[in-house]
Amino acid sequence: MAQVLSGGLRRVIGDGEGVPDGRVDGLDDADLLDLYRSLVLLRTYDERSVVYHRQGRIGTYAIFWNHEAMQVGSAHALADEDWIFPSYRESAIGLLRGIPASTLLSWWRGHPAGWWNPADYNVASICVPIATHVPHAAGLAWGKRLRGESAVAITYFGDGATSEGAFHEGANFAAVMRAPLILFCNNNGWAISTPLAAQTRAETLADKAVGYGMPGVRVDGGDVLAVFEATREAVERARAGEGPTFVEAVSYRAAPHATADDPRAYIDLARVEEEKRRECVGRYEGYLRRLGLLSDEEREEIRSGAAALMREGIARAEAEPAPDPSILFEHALASPPPSFAQDLAELRRILGRTEAGGAASPRPSGPEGAGPEGSV
Amino acid sequence: MRELTLVEAVNDALHVELERDGSVLVLGEDVGRAGGVFRATAGLLDRFGPDRCVDTPLAEAGILGTAVGLCMAGWRPVCEMQYDAFSYPCLDQLITHVGRYRWRTGGGMDFPITIRMPYGGGVRAPELHDDSPETYYVHTPGVKVAIPATPADAKGLLAAAVRDPDPVVVLEPKLVYRTARGEVPEGEYVVQLGQARLAREGSDLTLVAYGAMVGVAERAADVLEASVEVLDLRTLKPLDEEALLASAAKTGRVVLVQEAPRTCGYAAELAAVLAEKAILDLRGPVLRVTGYDVPYPYWAIEDAYMPSVARVVDAARRLLAFA
Repeated sequence: MAQVLSGGLRRVIGDGEGVPDGRVDGLDDADLLDLYRSLVLLRTYDERSVVYHRQGRIGTYAIFWNHEAMQVGSAHALADEDWIFPSYRESAIGLLRGIPASTLLSWWRGHPAGWWNPADYNVASICVPIATHVPHAAGLAWGKRLRGESAVAITYFGDGATSEGAFHEGANFAAVMRAPLILFCNNNGWAISTPLAAQTRAETLADKAVGYGMPGVRVDGGDVLAVFEATREAVERARAGEGPTFVEAVSYRAAPHATADDPRAYIDLARVEEEKRRECVGRYEGYLRRLGLLSDEEREEIRSGAAALMREGIARAEAEPAPDPSILFEHALASPPPSFAQDLAELRRILGRTEAGGAASPRPSGPEGAGPEGSV
Repeated sequence: MRELTLVEAVNDALHVELERDGSVLVLGEDVGRAGGVFRATAGLLDRFGPDRCVDTPLAEAGILGTAVGLCMAGWRPVCEMQYDAFSYPCLDQLITHVGRYRWRTGGGMDFPITIRMPYGGGVRAPELHDDSPETYYVHTPGVKVAIPATPADAKGLLAAAVRDPDPVVVLEPKLVYRTARGEVPEGEYVVQLGQARLAREGSDLTLVAYGAMVGVAERAADVLEASVEVLDLRTLKPLDEEALLASAAKTGRVVLVQEAPRTCGYAAELAAVLAEKAILDLRGPVLRVTGYDVPYPYWAIEDAYMPSVARVVDAARRLLAFA
């Protein structure tokens, strides 16, 4: 069971010194190793993506280094039928549901091969504007309950998102409709350059739950087991028909907001170094080693497996042919107006292409000329 | 056939569509117990229960945002925005998600959302109960927009919207909610989106209008000494271009009537289509009669703002005198 630290933070993983390790009921050794695999997968994805960006192989990328425990711990507490509504900070969480790495990398390459059908994985599209997906998750969860289905939903957002109207409307709707929803806040202390203190006067973000008439819990966001346990309790409440829960996972953004961001202008670099020393994957590795559950060989095997998946993913993403102009029009509406066909015909004429043609792409397919700096 | 008012026809359409399809649900502010502030949803709560006629919190972005999630769970939500100008908070969801989500999923998911709202002025109401916001909706890709002028069309277009696989906004002219009366087919009745209605045939000049302005155009036609055609667009997006161009070719003179402010209003789009595709058919300039580029006024002076029969007649006479 988790212990509650000062500041109301739940924690399971000890520090190898004064703070003892706990155990989570219901997780056997194989489950514990599965959590590790997922952590390494997301860490590898994130670190490789920053490299791919620097190599010009993907566009602007939102880094989630040191957020892996929040994403893995919570996602592992869900059943396959449960829905995930990610923000861009959880862009790769679909990997845990079987979305190919190439699909997610294509998304960051601005290529339509980055599309997926949410119903295939029960993972909604990546939400770029802040907090606007919170009402979607509330609506899905409410809709499932109305249909008598047992699925629940989780939606991820940051501390800055709690200032948005969409967060408020989504949270309130979920509470009023008794929607089986977990509102998962990754409080990493920063909204780009704006610290939490400039975001709210509330003592904790979990306090906001009181105003919605739902429970709010605080958990150490660097402790994958504490996150798992807190989310599992929220999922159980939701599935039992008791409505939504707000989970505040407290963390620290020890990396830039995105590849276009230089945090040296605003962040406390000493604190960043301290956080890097206690980053979440290393903390869990220490826990497994103290339990004798992770050998050097297993560690290497898991890491090299994740690296291979990324190599294959970026190769497949880069092998995607340039999108055909028809894709502009193809999916915007289920029943498109005649003007779409006219516009496409004119575009093809100007591009010197025909339906049967398939000549060279009108412009390079790479991320060169990606959006303005800091757009994500 | 029965004779109904426009708002009764809306109510009838909702009853028929909820009965026909168990996945249709209505949500909005005061739509349940009160039956809507205009009684458009009256009777639905008793008939279909609180799960399918839902009184929501006062949150327009939340209504449309949860509708996106309801679609993902297999529902066909019909959202009521209580008034035109109260719908603006929902534009965030409309623009960032509702119009884009299908494309974002590569066509994997449909979002059959209907957004319906009373719109327009002339009803002696407080500020922000009088707007004509159609341009905001028409301008948003991935969304269709319909505006009925008659009770039969109010029923048929709403039914088409509910059945459409894409998001559709239906703006209902509240000025004529209870004054427009007409025969309405009983049971299931659908008016296909994208088809204009020739409200009156004529050969000298075309008045193009939609919603409450159709009645103004018809009264202007009564006054004018010429043979005037009145085209009721019914659907703004997709536009029935064929009907517009056919009428322009026939009369060679077109006056566009819209209640919304002039600049970048829907009439500007119609004028552009005529300039691109009917230039050789036109005998004179395309004229617009619109609301002014000012905030919708307090009601003691709203009659000066609203396009009137006199203003439409004046524009038509100027055009007839031109050539």
